[in-house]
Amino acid sequence: MWAEVRGLRDDVDFGTPPRSGAPVTLTIDGVEVTVPAGSSVMLAAAEARRAVPKLCATDMVEAFGSCRVCLVEIEGRRGFPASCTTLVEPGMVVRTESPRLQQLRSGVMELYLSDFPAGELPDGWSEFHETVRRIGVTTHGYGAGATHHDLPVDASNPYFLFDPAKCIVCSRCVRACEEVQGTFALTIDGRGFDSKVAASQDEPFFDSECVSCGACVQACPSHALVEKSLFDGGYVRAESPEA
Amino acid sequence: MSVTVFVPRDSFAMALGADRVAQAIAVEAAARGLAVRVVRNGSRGMAWLEPFVEVQTPAGRTGYGPVSVRDVESLFAAGFLQGGAHPLAHGAVDAMPWLARQERLTYARVGVTDPLSLDDYLAHDGFRGLRRALGMAPGAVVEEVVASGLRGRGGAAFPTGIKWRTVAGAEAPRKYIACNADEGDSGTYSDRMIMEGDPYVLIEGMAIAGYAVGATYGYIYTRSEYPLAIATLEEAIRRARAAGWLGADIQGSGVSFDLEVRMGAGAYICGEETAMLESLEGKRGQIRPKPPLPALKGLFGMPTVVNNVISLATVPIILDRGGAFYAEFGMGRSRGTLPIQLAGNLRTPGLVEKAFGVTLRELVEDWGGGTASGRPVRAVQVGGPLGAYFDASLLDLPLDYEAFAKEQGIVGHGGIVVFDDTVDMAEQARYAMEFCAIESCGKCTPCRIGSTRGRELIERIIRGEDVAASHAQLLALCDVMEHASLCALGGMAPLPVLSALRFFPGDFGLAGDREVAHVG
Repeated sequence: MWAEVRGLRDDVDFGTPPRSGAPVTLTIDGVEVTVPAGSSVMLAAAEARRAVPKLCATDMVEAFGSCRVCLVEIEGRRGFPASCTTLVEPGMVVRTESPRLQQLRSGVMELYLSDFPAGELPDGWSEFHETVRRIGVTTHGYGAGATHHDLPVDASNPYFLFDPAKCIVCSRCVRACEEVQGTFALTIDGRGFDSKVAASQDEPFFDSECVSCGACVQACPSHALVEKSLFDGGYVRAESPEA
Repeated sequence: MSVTVFVPRDSFAMALGADRVAQAIAVEAAARGLAVRVVRNGSRGMAWLEPFVEVQTPAGRTGYGPVSVRDVESLFAAGFLQGGAHPLAHGAVDAMPWLARQERLTYARVGVTDPLSLDDYLAHDGFRGLRRALGMAPGAVVEEVVASGLRGRGGAAFPTGIKWRTVAGAEAPRKYIACNADEGDSGTYSDRMIMEGDPYVLIEGMAIAGYAVGATYGYIYTRSEYPLAIATLEEAIRRARAAGWLGADIQGSGVSFDLEVRMGAGAYICGEETAMLESLEGKRGQIRPKPPLPALKGLFGMPTVVNNVISLATVPIILDRGGAFYAEFGMGRSRGTLPIQLAGNLRTPGLVEKAFGVTLRELVEDWGGGTASGRPVRAVQVGGPLGAYFDASLLDLPLDYEAFAKEQGIVGHGGIVVFDDTVDMAEQARYAMEFCAIESCGKCTPCRIGSTRGRELIERIIRGEDVAASHAQLLALCDVMEHASLCALGGMAPLPVLSALRFFPGDFGLAGDREVAHVG
């Protein structure tokens, strides 16, 4: 069943919304590509069939720059700009893969995995799981530390549930609620490690201003927000192997 | 003829009882039938002498400190109104070596004048910079600031004039001046002291900036922890507006500029310029990706000059005396002076404004007077909680952005915190990660999760668990945080950690204590 559902999502996600500026030509991994001015490097890379790994970006909402796995190298620029928030420029020369980029992306994925329930990893097919597989990181070196695994599941909405243990705080749901639906029912509550998705004034989804439009569920890359109909006989968190 | 007595109305002084001292002086004078006018000035910056009381004598100002309420009677008995001898007397204030050896440009008036008196401000060269600027073309004002070599005093050290050029060149229906007064670094207080001790210089600097780039409105974003600074600024803005130094048609020039004070809600991250802009817009204090630069698309999407208090408060003297005058001070690419804030384990800490090039040793020993504990200096942290720790071998480093960068350190906002040989640097490193964890906005993953993991790893090292593996993981984490974080909070939190590891590995139970290796 997973593969069927997944098939519905196999259309290309350009990562950031389309733009309509004058054509700009740049080079990505040696491939010349022309996109409208105002486009992100991420979109151009997808266009050049050199899609960059990403988690917080999806083309239904504006670029956000929080997940830090879409870092690239750009000739003549210091550091590792995020391809989602960096706009194309004529003649730009971009590299989407290098040992250094792989090292940094792996380091970021390790941090995600250090707060992701290990039991939810093996059979998952979300964007998050695909990204984990693509970057090729399966474990982390942080040992047992603070996690969000004990936060309760919010199953108050009849159509979908929210499992904060699988939330990677990418804010895609918050932005979809705001930018796609215009409902502003979701926000991030708290800051730092305590940051968490909250509906209205940190209420159950069903009691909040949520209108059950499903934009947040569609936007969620890690199945923290997921349709209840996918689970026969109720939702059960997977057991973590070591736990 | 009444005698003028100065008792600072500055947070340092007030924390040490200045209000009660001022009151006691007034009461005692009345009891003795003496005519005394008490002026509440800013602080001279000699924190260990606060409350530092000054008397205007025919020979100049004479200082007494630290004065407590129970000293007041004996001061009167000793004839302090005539500059009489007393155990707390320090003689002529201008001759005190701690002050006389400084180069006070930005701080020229702080502690000297009544902060809220416009007459006092004008009598001490106030508004000369703005007057001159209004007689120049806006572009020429920008170039004067470029010529001064002034670099952002908030810590990033970006050339102020170049930033102004970008804003001046941007076409937009509105532009803004956003003053970053969210001074959150531990051991720093130079923004606060200017706002409390010479608010008009900041107002003047912002008005000049507004004229130079074509902005008509400004915001001063400061902290709720600075109630006195907020009250002082708000009163100063009211008075400046009433006197025609703010508002429409400043002094008949046809130029308009006005401003207001906004208060943060206690987030360190809101001192980062893009998070500050978000907060000013009434949103969650969270980092915006750059580009777009705030200079092109800043507050409410409009071109915005975001400058630190000290940068803006330095602009009036640059316009008054010329960019070349200011650029004569300093060394290398670090031009001008920096108000340095000495804190931590020091005998005589406080605010020292000095040209770049002064060494850490001069600051720690000559001004700071060595440690308060009398024990040897072991570590110095420059540039706030995200600044590197240096050991005593680097004390001869001159204060210079490039020299510090070469040693993987930062000058930052100019705060210096000193530690003696009882400090546990592993604990300091742990604290650096904890600070980042507490203050992280939570937007990007390296900072949101990494800071908590960093604290956990250092705690493990301190407990002696899996030291080698934890150490290796910590280095890998620092690499990811430094190079993959969205902003400087996550990007710089590794700095104190890595420097502590570099100079004090023994404190972490790691081999190869550099303390020993470095001496040879």
